Amino acid sequence: MAEHKLLTEHFGTESLQTLPVYERLGGYQGLRKALQQMTPDEVVAEVKTSGIRGRGGAGFPTGIKWSFLPKDVHPRYLCVNADESEPGCFKDRALIDQDPHQLIEGTLIAAYAIQAPIAFIYIRGEYHDQRLLLERCVEEARSAGYVGCGILGSDYSCDVIVHGGAGAYICGEETALIDSLEGLRGQPRLKPPFPAVKGLYGKPTVVNNVETLSNLPHIVLRGGAWFASLGTERSTGTRLFCCSGHINRPGTYEMLLGTPIRELLEEECGGVWKGRALKAFQPGGGSMQVLLPEHLDLPLDMDAVAKAGSALGAGAMVFMDETTCMVDVSMRLVDFYQHESCGKCAPCREGTYFESDLMHRLEAGALTRAELGTLADICDNMNGKCFCPLGDTATWFVMSAYDAFREEFEEHCGAGGCPIKARNASLVTA
Amino acid sequence: MPVLTAATRAEIERQRDRYPQPRSAVLPSLWAVQRQLGQLTPAGMEEVAQLLGLTPSEVEAVASFYSMYFDHPVGRHHVLVCVNVSCALRGAEEIVNHLESRLGCPSGGTTPDGEVTWEHTVECLGACGGAPAMQVDHHFQENLTPERVDAILDGLGGR
Repeated sequence: MAEHKLLTEHFGTESLQTLPVYERLGGYQGLRKALQQMTPDEVVAEVKTSGIRGRGGAGFPTGIKWSFLPKDVHPRYLCVNADESEPGCFKDRALIDQDPHQLIEGTLIAAYAIQAPIAFIYIRGEYHDQRLLLERCVEEARSAGYVGCGILGSDYSCDVIVHGGAGAYICGEETALIDSLEGLRGQPRLKPPFPAVKGLYGKPTVVNNVETLSNLPHIVLRGGAWFASLGTERSTGTRLFCCSGHINRPGTYEMLLGTPIRELLEEECGGVWKGRALKAFQPGGGSMQVLLPEHLDLPLDMDAVAKAGSALGAGAMVFMDETTCMVDVSMRLVDFYQHESCGKCAPCREGTYFESDLMHRLEAGALTRAELGTLADICDNMNGKCFCPLGDTATWFVMSAYDAFREEFEEHCGAGGCPIKARNASLVTA
Repeated sequence: MPVLTAATRAEIERQRDRYPQPRSAVLPSLWAVQRQLGQLTPAGMEEVAQLLGLTPSEVEAVASFYSMYFDHPVGRHHVLVCVNVSCALRGAEEIVNHLESRLGCPSGGTTPDGEVTWEHTVECLGACGGAPAMQVDHHFQENLTPERVDAILDGLGGR
C-alpha cells in the first residue's frame, strides 16, 4: 500500500499533451479495444466489475450510475464534470494539464458505453488555459479519427464539446451543471427525476468526474477484475489526493486506496512544515468535517473515513499545524459558501449570511457567548433542510470544528481580537 | 447601431451552431462579448439575445449569476487572489496586503491609470498545491511572495 501510479504514470513526460506522444505510450488503445472488441453493455459490465466509485465527491459506483439510464431512450448525453471548485481540490486540473488525452479517451469510452452522440466537457471558467488545451486536444483527436463520425471505422459517432463556465461553485452539482450548460443560471434541480432519466435538454444524461473518466482506458485495457484487485474491497483502485496547507511538499499524489493517511502525510508530503505538530486536517475538501491527529492512522478508504465522521469527498487533504486558528479557517469556509450559495432556497441563502456574519464577529473577538450559542441553531436550521448539498455542507466543517475546538471558539468571545493570532505573534517576536 | 464587431458576432454564431439548442451558447457568447468590450454592457447582451433567439432579460439573468463577468469597466489587466483556506494557511493575507499597498486601491478597485483591477476571492482557484496563488489575466501564478508579485506586476508593463 503506497503511492501507485496509474493515472499519473506518464505525468511529466515531455509533450504528453500531444497526440503522437500519448499514442506512443499506448494511448487510445482502450478506446480501440472498446469499439472493436466490446459491445456497449460489455463496457458497462466491465466498469461495474471494477467497482470504481465516482471521484467527484459523492462516491457513487460509476457502472451502477450508468445502468440507471432508461432502455431505448435516445439521445442520451454525457457531461464531464470538470467544474472542480471544492476548496483544496486541484487534481482534475492536474489530470487535464498533464494528460489531457487520457481524459478525452476515457470520455469517449464512457460515451460509447452509454451510446451518447455528444459528450460535453464542462470546465470551470477559472481553468482558462486548461480549456484551451482541451479544445486543442479534442481537435487533434478529431483529426486522427477518435472524435466525430464513424470513430475508428466503427458505426459509432460522437462529438466532444468543451464548454467553459464563468465562476460558480454550484455548477459542480450535477443538476446545476446541466442548467448552466443549457444556458441558464446554474441552480440545482429537484431530484427525482435524476439526470439519468431526465437531464440535459430533458434527455437521459450521465455526469461523471474527470478523474473517474481518466480511469476508464485502464479499466477497459486491463479489465475490471484487475482494477478491483487494487485498493480495498469497497474503495477500489487509486485516487489522486490534493495535499495542501502546512506541509513540506504540497502537491497531487496518487495513492492506492487503503493506504494509511499518515503515510501520505509523512512520506509523500514530507510531514508538517517547520517541525511543527499537526493540529487538524480536512480529508475531503472544504465541505468535509475536521479530523484530528488521532485520525492519521485511518486508511484512505471512503467508508472508514465516513465512519470517523468525515469523508474523502473530492480527495483534497488540507493539513493545519498547531498555530492555526480554527475560527479563522471556519470563517473562510463559511464565507466561501455564502459567496457561492446560488440563492434558490432560503435555508442556504439566508443561513450562510447568518453564519458568515457570526464567524466574522467571532474571529474579530466581538461576539458574546450567548451569540456564539446561536451557531448550532443556525446550522441546525440548514443541515438537511437545504435544496441541495451546498447548504448542508456549509455547516459541516464549522460545526465539527466547534465540537472539536470548543474552548478555542469560546476564547474568542469578547477577546477584542483573535487570541490565537496574538499568541502566534508573541511566539514570533520572542 | 451594433456594438459587437463582425468577428464577435461570427464567434457567437459559431458557438450557437455547436450545440443542440442555441441557448447553450449563452456563456460562450458572453465570454466573446467580454473579450471585445472588456465587460458586459446592456447593448452587448441585447445583441447576444438577438443572435440566440432569447430576450435581453434572459441573457442578463444568466450574466448576473456568474462571478467572472464584469458589469462595470475594469483595468486592462485583471488580478484575482485566492484567500480560501489553503492559500490563507500559506500567507495569502501578506499577498493581499502587498497588492493593496503597491496598487494603491482596495480589493475590487482599479489603478488610477486604468491598467490593473485586482480583487481577492474566497472562491478557491484550484492552485492549493502552489499556494499562495493568484491568476493574472486568467493565467495561474503560484508560490507567491511579495517579491514575486512585484516581478509579475513589473512584467505587465506600464506599472
